[in-house]
Amino acid sequence: MILTPLPHISMPLLMGNSLNAWSEALVGFTPMGLPLGLVILAAIPLVFIALYSLTYGVYGERKISAFMQDRLGPMEVGKWGILQTIADILKLLQKEDIVPTSADKFLFVIGPGILFVGSFLAYAVLPFSSAFIGASLNVGLFFAIGIVAIEVVGILAAGWGSNNKWSLYGAVRSVAQIVSYEIPAAIALLCGAMMAGTLDMQKITMLQSGSYGFAHFFLFQSPIAWLPFLIYFIASLAEVNRAPFDIPEAESELVAGYFTEYSGMKFAVIFLAEYGSMFMVSAIISIVFLGGWNSPLPDIGSFALNAWTNGPVWGAFWIIMKGFFFIFVQMWLRWTLPRLRVDQLMYLCWKVLTPFAFVSFVLTAIWVIFVP
Amino acid sequence: MQELDIAGMGSVRVTRKGNNVVILEKDLQTEQMVLAMGPQHPSTHGVLKLECLTDGEVVTHAEPYLGYLHRCFEKCCENVDYPAIVPYTDRLDYLAGMNSEFAYAITVEKLLDVEIPRRVEFIRVIVAELNRIASHLVAIGTYGIDLGAFTPFLFCFRDREIILSLLEWASGARMLYNYIWVGGLAYDVPADFSKRVMEFVTYFRPKTVELYKLLTENEIFVKRTRGIGIMPADVAINYGWSGPMLRGSGVKWDLRRNDPYSVYPELDFEVPVPDGKVSDIGDCLSRHLVRALEMDESLKIIEQCIDKMPSAEGFNARSAVPKRVRPKAGEVYGRAENPRGELGFYIQSDGKSTKPLRCKARSSCFVNLSAMKDLSKGQLIPDLVAIIGSIDIVLGEVDR
Amino acid sequence: MEEGHVLSHSVQQSAAAYAIIHDKFGDAVTAFDANETMPFFEVLDTAVWPEIALFMRDNPKLKFNYMACLSGVDYQSEDKVGIVCNLESLGQLNHKIAVKVKCARTGGSIPSVAGVWHTANWHEREAYDLFGMLFSSHPDMRRILCPDDWEGHPLLKDYKVQESYHGIKVPY
Repeated sequence: MILTPLPHISMPLLMGNSLNAWSEALVGFTPMGLPLGLVILAAIPLVFIALYSLTYGVYGERKISAFMQDRLGPMEVGKWGILQTIADILKLLQKEDIVPTSADKFLFVIGPGILFVGSFLAYAVLPFSSAFIGASLNVGLFFAIGIVAIEVVGILAAGWGSNNKWSLYGAVRSVAQIVSYEIPAAIALLCGAMMAGTLDMQKITMLQSGSYGFAHFFLFQSPIAWLPFLIYFIASLAEVNRAPFDIPEAESELVAGYFTEYSGMKFAVIFLAEYGSMFMVSAIISIVFLGGWNSPLPDIGSFALNAWTNGPVWGAFWIIMKGFFFIFVQMWLRWTLPRLRVDQLMYLCWKVLTPFAFVSFVLTAIWVIFVP
Repeated sequence: MQELDIAGMGSVRVTRKGNNVVILEKDLQTEQMVLAMGPQHPSTHGVLKLECLTDGEVVTHAEPYLGYLHRCFEKCCENVDYPAIVPYTDRLDYLAGMNSEFAYAITVEKLLDVEIPRRVEFIRVIVAELNRIASHLVAIGTYGIDLGAFTPFLFCFRDREIILSLLEWASGARMLYNYIWVGGLAYDVPADFSKRVMEFVTYFRPKTVELYKLLTENEIFVKRTRGIGIMPADVAINYGWSGPMLRGSGVKWDLRRNDPYSVYPELDFEVPVPDGKVSDIGDCLSRHLVRALEMDESLKIIEQCIDKMPSAEGFNARSAVPKRVRPKAGEVYGRAENPRGELGFYIQSDGKSTKPLRCKARSSCFVNLSAMKDLSKGQLIPDLVAIIGSIDIVLGEVDR
Repeated sequence: MEEGHVLSHSVQQSAAAYAIIHDKFGDAVTAFDANETMPFFEVLDTAVWPEIALFMRDNPKLKFNYMACLSGVDYQSEDKVGIVCNLESLGQLNHKIAVKVKCARTGGSIPSVAGVWHTANWHEREAYDLFGMLFSSHPDMRRILCPDDWEGHPLLKDYKVQESYHGIKVPY
């Protein structure tokens, strides 16, 4: 039995090269000399992610938490409650848009906007596959780390503008937390960048491709990479305000933190931003440490699994799957762990994560210089 | 260099250079903020209001305000007959209705001098202990929520549901039972009740271990509760603390043992007090631990009661229920060990009327909560939440 | 007390405790009422009540360290209001006793024992709220269950509820 012709002809269902051909055709779509096809191509993952975070992030969170808690979760709207979030969105859309009279109207309105823009801007530099990338910047990683900080402005605007003491507490906590955790997070990512020798996300990803699949990923390339990987994962939880670091929105302490006063569509936008940034940090960690859109499957002899499962569309599939995996872990942690206290959070950041991040930085540098 | 107070600028440190005054450091004038925690707040367990003076995250002073759920229990009691008070007692501590009824019934029986059938006593203890487990499950679950852990709460409520259906089967109601009457019970338990209770006991034993692993041994949970809100034993006694709160401070005091009532003297169970190994004695974790361990003891009690309970043959649950409750003139203070501490009733009877002259409920939560002001001084807001949660208040009982 | 009636152990303990108090304070307290359900004595001279309380708490033979309950009571027939305190020596001598203190029904006041037992702090506020007697030298004499501007004291036997409260009709 000869296996070689398989990938080209008889596996269209596995989204092999025939779909790649489709995407290539789209790239060639240039009406009136404009590269419209390219724009559409780059927009596809964004639209997908927006849809996902609007609907199935929330649905997934509810279902996953339900299964972990020995219950069913939403079951009424559609089969298995699958249309629940759509119903929720319809409800939120119809709600009256309330701005409290004593709130600072400008800040109150602009807060969720900044938050949303901040969390979605980083998508511009995320390579969803060799074909899907918004802007292939040569400082992509730097841009992604930097642009996330805009969220802080949005949170502060929302919390301060609400003119609510709980919101203020939430906003101040959140700013302190995000700004602090950016340091270990950035240093941990620098370790990955050092191993790659570039800040270009697309290049970082390409450096991790090879016929051995997962063995080429930075996480498995050096024994030290586990440390920055874990540090970044923990810090990223804090950066997106997920449990056990959800102190800015700690409902048992601060009611709902910085978005206490929000309702209707503004509330939905804040939620969308949260799920958006959840995916964003998951994608960044996948790109820097887990090969981004590269297939983790290795070639085994003539059974060229890696070659078959690589390509522009497959790439998008892999990075989204990797992102989903980390989102699942985030949810898993959220529904398992209690919340840290404010000072314990800062202790963890400055006295544990930051020193270890520096250690891993130095060790990675030594590894990169002395180990070929 | 000297310090000057300039109006409106706070404390200013200045130094003189020649003829000029140079400001070295101008203190930022910080302001204490009044933060109204409650009556609508997720972690005040109802409608408690804490007016906190906060300096940043630090609570410098917290003043509890009660009465949002005041339903004139004591005034109502003066206007209804003795047996008609039983449903009102359910509504005191609505999470442990059976225990409240039990406390009330034994208090009135003290005045009446009636002989209670042995089976009634055992059934009373079984339902009360079941209700104690249910109440502790709520306490532990909501305490998890206060500290940000959601999942234990749902596990607790899943198991509590079984207890509630058992009690519903016996009494016809899920929370407000009106089951333990003065002198007896409303009904005998259904046939096979003991079998189902035993099934629950065997089901629940491993669940307590699961809960222990999920919450009590959790590193973050321990970090959040250990050493927080420490109450020394003598101060706790002076504050009138009772129940798990007092035992959390290391005082081995349980009314079921120290002022025994009903059939408790015949039963074999431990009074768990923290030994200071996993927790600091008197802190939030100790109080949580006591509740967690007490559930196991309650299971033991239930098992023994089912073994020792006389059979239902020729049994009438209302045989000792007086037609008309008209106690002799006198006063009585009766009490029972509720899940939240000592629930006492002070009843004054004039010997003529079928209504009490005065019926005062000494509620455990009311007394336990009175220490809040002292406990909250200088705590962080998250610790304040942890302390309120560990006191485990039910506002129905605080405000009556 | 009936002839030949044997007192139970706990009442005997209370009687022994009372004897010590009586030796010290003499006529300030009434005779001991040795009933089975709640043995008590009354403090006649209300001014010495805090002194008695402190003595009861700190005397090594009494050690009433635990105040179980403090209930306000309306003695309408005597035109008095009063408090009933259930005291106990928790974990030390394990005896119990109840103490009654009474004062005039209108404008009466009883010295506070909040400094002796912290439990008394809120209970005295409650008694003031519901019966109207004042507790002199109480650290924080405010209403506790009813709103601050509520009229009357609801547990008095002749209490008439106010017609409206801030424009809300009260009797429903």
